[in-house]
Amino acid sequence: MKRVLLFLPLLVALVLGVLLFSGIGKDPTKLDSALVGKAMPEFALEDLHQPEVQVSQQVFQGEPSLLNVWGTWCPSCRAEHADLMWLAKNEGVPIVGLNYKDQRAEAKAWLERLGDPYSTSIYDPKGSLGFDLGVYGAPETFVIGADGTVLHRHVGVVNKQVWEETLRPLLNQAGGQY
Amino acid sequence: MAIFRLFSRFAPAWLAALLIVLALPAQAVVRDVYSFDTEEKQQRYQTMITELRCPKCQNQNIADSNSSISEDMRDEVYRMMTNGASDVEIMDSLVGRFGEFIRYKPLLEKRTLLLWATPAISVLGGLLIVGGIVLRSRRNNQIDSELSAEERARVEKIMDGHNGKSDSQA
Repeated sequence: MKRVLLFLPLLVALVLGVLLFSGIGKDPTKLDSALVGKAMPEFALEDLHQPEVQVSQQVFQGEPSLLNVWGTWCPSCRAEHADLMWLAKNEGVPIVGLNYKDQRAEAKAWLERLGDPYSTSIYDPKGSLGFDLGVYGAPETFVIGADGTVLHRHVGVVNKQVWEETLRPLLNQAGGQY
Repeated sequence: MAIFRLFSRFAPAWLAALLIVLALPAQAVVRDVYSFDTEEKQQRYQTMITELRCPKCQNQNIADSNSSISEDMRDEVYRMMTNGASDVEIMDSLVGRFGEFIRYKPLLEKRTLLLWATPAISVLGGLLIVGGIVLRSRRNNQIDSELSAEERARVEKIMDGHNGKSDSQA
């Protein structure tokens, strides 16, 4: 009995070691979205380019798409912009842009200067749709199914690696062909 | 000269006043003002925002955080509360958007069972260990006192002899 007890510290160290090791490399600032598996929240917001046009959750119906949350005040959004352009042009992915807590003129100027990767641009100056989506920092990119279900959220910059490893497989699972 | 002396005499007071004035703007930024019709609602609001965690800043509640997402969350809590929503309704609606992460008091469910039970488990474990040590030392004492009178006399003799020997050597 005593001999067995001698191994107790080793056992505790091993269990703790496994537990702590599994946490290494995980980014605690990346949270899973609470909306995964749920329908896109209902909304009615203006189109960024045409204020008279109203955009609703219907925009996500038909084919799987990406929803990219961005703003001109967000430096990381500038960093991912070239990759979004590449995604839209070379891969033909429909990306809906959610211009989050921004000013219309500045946002339009940004898209004119850097190119516009978005099939539709939603203008959300007060961040109401962003709030319903649980957006806590741009850029965030959601994968939305053809029926308007939220499938995944990626927090942070989208680049080719994120596309290959996460977004592309999810879009294809949802019936896309990329 | 007299003025200078007067000034230096009150220098700590001057300095303190200056510091207070300098610190004022920093303090003013922190709170946006929400008004409630009852003290009880004010209290509920205050409790609520200290129990909600900021998703952006992670280790702050939304009462202490100045990030824009915390502002939005405080606005929403205020809006729902003035519309007559209950604490549970407000909590559920925010958790539905931002996830369980924002609860500083996680719900008691299968996934969080270990989290809630850990304090009890460690206290119980500690008590068991302490109890074990106490029991064992008691048993050892008993063994000591189980010496017969003859044995005890022998022990005393040996101890005395040993002490005497070491004394004489010293």
